[in-house]
Amino acid sequence: MADIWVFVEEVDGVPSTLSLELLTKARELGDVTAIYLGSNEGAFSTLGEYGANAVLHADAGDRLPSGPVAAALADKAAADSPSLIIFGQAYTDRDIAGRLSTKLGRGVLSNASDVRLTDSGVETDHEIFGGSQIATAAMDGDTHIVLVRPKSFAAEPFDGGAPSVVGLDLPDVGASEATVTETHVEEREGPQLGDANVVVAGGRGLGAAESFDMVERIAKPLGAATGATRAIVDAGWVPYAKQVGQTGKTVKPDVYIAAGISGAMQHLVGMKDSATIIAINKDPDAPIFSVADLGVVGDVHKVLPQLIEALENR
Amino acid sequence: MKVVVCVKQIPDPATPYTLEEDTAWLVRPDDQVLDDTDRYGVEMGLQIADAHEGTVTLVSMGPSGNAQGIRQALAMGADKAVIIEDDALRGSDALTTAKALAAAIAAEGFDLVIAGTESTDGYSGVIPQMLAELLDAPALTYATKVDTDGTDVTINRQTLAGYDVVQSSLPAVVSVTAGVVEPRYPTFKGIMDAKKKPVETKSVSDLGFDAAVGQTVKSVADAPERAAGRKIEDEGEAFSEIVALLEDRKVI
Repeated sequence: MADIWVFVEEVDGVPSTLSLELLTKARELGDVTAIYLGSNEGAFSTLGEYGANAVLHADAGDRLPSGPVAAALADKAAADSPSLIIFGQAYTDRDIAGRLSTKLGRGVLSNASDVRLTDSGVETDHEIFGGSQIATAAMDGDTHIVLVRPKSFAAEPFDGGAPSVVGLDLPDVGASEATVTETHVEEREGPQLGDANVVVAGGRGLGAAESFDMVERIAKPLGAATGATRAIVDAGWVPYAKQVGQTGKTVKPDVYIAAGISGAMQHLVGMKDSATIIAINKDPDAPIFSVADLGVVGDVHKVLPQLIEALENR
Repeated sequence: MKVVVCVKQIPDPATPYTLEEDTAWLVRPDDQVLDDTDRYGVEMGLQIADAHEGTVTLVSMGPSGNAQGIRQALAMGADKAVIIEDDALRGSDALTTAKALAAAIAAEGFDLVIAGTESTDGYSGVIPQMLAELLDAPALTYATKVDTDGTDVTINRQTLAGYDVVQSSLPAVVSVTAGVVEPRYPTFKGIMDAKKKPVETKSVSDLGFDAAVGQTVKSVADAPERAAGRKIEDEGEAFSEIVALLEDRKVI
């Protein structure tokens, strides 16, 4: 059986949803070792439930983890030669994968939507041009590093037993060392963008930052998370954490409502796999309509207030 | 203080992108633009250099074409640019790109390297981290705020739950998110000055690194298309169609 390592990040004290998606996929590919970065040892049983036979446990404390964890993994990978090391396309994952790749002198296959082991190495699929095309990349050899986009696989537990646990000692990394001096958890109203069943998102067609208020008022009665295009994040209307798309979050809710969003490639790739897509835009040729189940050609400043009233009066 | 900002010229995102038939590499016209996300790094670099009597050097890899994207960043106020350009680098993966950039940065010398979190055309999202490893420096990533006193650098680092405050000593690599600062627009004087600023071109042999690439694109195929939906013109009642669909999907 191939040896598959999966990086698992602890978020709010538990393994991230993305990590569980990756573990679920990894157990199809071989014998799974989870690299768990976090302090909650109670999470080990969850890792077992999702497919890990073994856990490499690292707790970086107040050290920025990327340098020390990459250094420890590079040594361990050189000794054990796993076939594949899977990371998510997420913040800390990218930090560690980038440094690890450099240390091992092995490239990274980034933004994968699927991964397969082959006789000569590994193959990965990548959605390009807003997901309208799929490129398949290949790399020969051993110990491949792959970054997988969120929501590429469903997270499904199985009846896995308790994994064996080994501590991963984190070495001193000298000049590469950095310290986390404070941690801030932002108060959120409603569900997390990445996990919400309904997402209401706004784009430049809203016209002004104040109009994002309409997006929030639609989201509230639906119990939805709010999202945004890169254009209005760049314009400073809403924080980066709300960005949906290639360079932001990938979402796959039951219903996605796109208000004043034209549907640039960079946005489509982050939301086009939503089960139902509703789009409101005044340009009848906007690309968003090519993925919408219901497309409304109209002015958001007319349609949204009517929709708000209808939802609030229910 | 020596500030290096990594920038990239990309085909205009408002135009459709195409791939070369036999290699599946992105077609890069002579006329490329500065990746919009790089404007934040350039602005951050300029503000830090202003506060610490520093200089801002741009480092970029890729076909220079008419270099108008690089001139855009010079017009904002950067002092000079180094472009790494070599046929041997066509089809580079992230690791080879990082080696090229790191070799050029090391040759320039640096206290602080600033980059965007990912490019708009390639978006591998790992270059700043690779640079840090190659330059033996910490990678302070996804910064939504950056402060430096000339000795240490402190950032707010975006996390899934909120943000962390992260600190290290210089030299360091920082990657910045959009919105970290408000990028300035080039002035007319800036645009005129940019035409006279030094733009140096370097090859793989000038920099001396291994440009081998381990990844290949095997195939490119059309993705399964989504079934076409309904498109309606709003004549005052479209909202009720939306409500009906939300009811049908049982979210209200």
